[in-house]
Amino acid sequence: MPKVSTLLEERGTQFAGYSFAFLDDMAKREIRRTILKAVAIPGHQVPFGSREMPIARGWGTGGLQLTLALVGGDDAIKVIDQGDDASVNAVNLRRLIAKTTGATETLDTAEATLIQSRHRIPEEVMREGQILILQVPIPEPLRMVERSVAAARAMHAEMDYSRMWLALYEDIVRRGEVSAGAGYPVLVNGRFVMAPSPIPRWDIPKLDDARCLFLFGAGREKRIYAVPPFTNVEPLEFDDYPFDTEHFDGKECAVSGAKDLYLVESPTEDGSTRWTASDTNYADKVLAGQEVDIQWKR
Amino acid sequence: MGYSSVRGGLEAIEHAEKLIHNQVTEGDDVVEIGQVAGHLQLITDQVMGEGGVYDVELGALAVKQAEGDPIEASFLLRAYRTTLPRVGYSLASTGREMRITRRISSAFRDIPGGQVLGRTRDYTQRLVDFSLVEGGTPQPVTPSADGTVPDDDEFPLVIDVLREQELMSPAPERRVDDEPFDVTREPLRFPAGRSARLQVLARAETGALLSLAYAGMRGYGGAHGYIGELRQGDLPVKISHPVTGRAVRIGWVPVTECYQIVGGQATKHQDRPDYTMGYGVVVGRNERKAISMSIIDGSLKKENKSGNVIEDEEYVLYHCDAIEAMGFVEHLKLPHYVDFQASLARTSKVRELVKAARTNA
Repeated sequence: MPKVSTLLEERGTQFAGYSFAFLDDMAKREIRRTILKAVAIPGHQVPFGSREMPIARGWGTGGLQLTLALVGGDDAIKVIDQGDDASVNAVNLRRLIAKTTGATETLDTAEATLIQSRHRIPEEVMREGQILILQVPIPEPLRMVERSVAAARAMHAEMDYSRMWLALYEDIVRRGEVSAGAGYPVLVNGRFVMAPSPIPRWDIPKLDDARCLFLFGAGREKRIYAVPPFTNVEPLEFDDYPFDTEHFDGKECAVSGAKDLYLVESPTEDGSTRWTASDTNYADKVLAGQEVDIQWKR
Repeated sequence: MGYSSVRGGLEAIEHAEKLIHNQVTEGDDVVEIGQVAGHLQLITDQVMGEGGVYDVELGALAVKQAEGDPIEASFLLRAYRTTLPRVGYSLASTGREMRITRRISSAFRDIPGGQVLGRTRDYTQRLVDFSLVEGGTPQPVTPSADGTVPDDDEFPLVIDVLREQELMSPAPERRVDDEPFDVTREPLRFPAGRSARLQVLARAETGALLSLAYAGMRGYGGAHGYIGELRQGDLPVKISHPVTGRAVRIGWVPVTECYQIVGGQATKHQDRPDYTMGYGVVVGRNERKAISMSIIDGSLKKENKSGNVIEDEEYVLYHCDAIEAMGFVEHLKLPHYVDFQASLARTSKVRELVKAARTNA
């Protein structure tokens, strides 16, 4: 593993005046300790002294702090925004991480050791040892039923989720369906109701009994939480109204021809709809004719 | 990599960076840091206060780099200060130690030590001064009649008068070795301690506090208080000497301080003082923010809450910080293709359900 001093030399003077991985050592230590606590209590939101970052709040500062606290010089970093490696914010975060650490940048889900993501879990199955860091706008799943942070904390402590269940029930009565699209609430390890970050329903089943570690960072709200490998994660559902994902029956990616993946639609000039892959690296691999394992559930 | 690189994100970002860089560096009349620090003092002060760094050169640089956007400039300072090691905490100074340049009271006409109007726009007519187009000429200022600089000890706090008459509760006891809660190192917990509350308010955005305080005065929670004392001046920064342990002054920091007299309704509890004090203190010259802060502090201190938002600590402290607020509001500019697709899928599902129900009926 390259030494920090070597990395600093390689990086030149452009980042002189700042620490390796931007954060000072005390901040990194605090975040690592918070991660350990979060892993020990799956789904529990652990408060931390979220630092002000050189990118704006709400643009991935929580995820970025997790990444910067964990990254070493020999890591391969992948950053995706809504599934896309080339999205401007993903590019911006990735170059900041690479610039301050000398870590390798990659677009390849399989090659990456750390993946920071906004609102998607990759289609390709992640293996043991890989970490997926999800950026979180609102870490509190009870926010929609209880706006006070102090009161919501007490509800979690007492495992009092009655108002949450009632809200879901009322949703079904009014609309015939649970209306949550992205960020469907889940129960982690049979104990904590957790906001999975605004990932689509499509990605929710991937959280259950996965082989990788999921870390969640909310910078503005100053919370870190985790789903460790092989942890039970269930969406909140009623027996007679089971959880359901989005469906893309008969549709395929207009660019790669990939099927059985999360697609996003864009209106075209002739009034029809064009469907394309949200996970661009997966689409690239399909286009190149590679075999990709997308069976998260064993 | 035909698929992901087609949009050229990196190229676009680098181009955008050059465009904003050139906005600040192009032309024959590029703004100097000294011009900002010397002639645009109020914006520099506001940025240093909200950015949480007292360094005039750095503040002026941030204003220049941000093209004069106060929130963006404060953000630059915050992102810089967070990387600096925390060496220690200064000792507490009180308003009695301030070297005063301006001091007024709207509660009493004659106050011990006298009122000092100082440098203020309050009683000027807001007419555009066209002579400034050509630069303008400085006016000679003669020293005031007696010309003596009063000793600091001659400026007791107006609030002390009320405290002596037991109309206001005495100042809380504060142990010298109490370390303050540091909001830049620890997440807020509720109820927040007093040091945490005052820190958040002192770093809050001027406009946000103004709006909350105004809403309070109009009837949403607060009350029309009285300015016991509003003062500008320099406060000593003291630390405990690392060897001798004695307090030593290491510098001065300019501040604006406001003591708001809140309450005053007669209560059934005759043994209790009628008035409470709302406190505001801000780095640099920013009276608008100091007064707003004192109104909000007074509202948050109320014992019998009316349920209005400006008496709600979580509401006020979570929403008054511009750096947090602007980041989250402006993140809406980021792509939301995935979440919006998830929302579309839900909407069409519900629509189908409604349609099916109608057909069956």
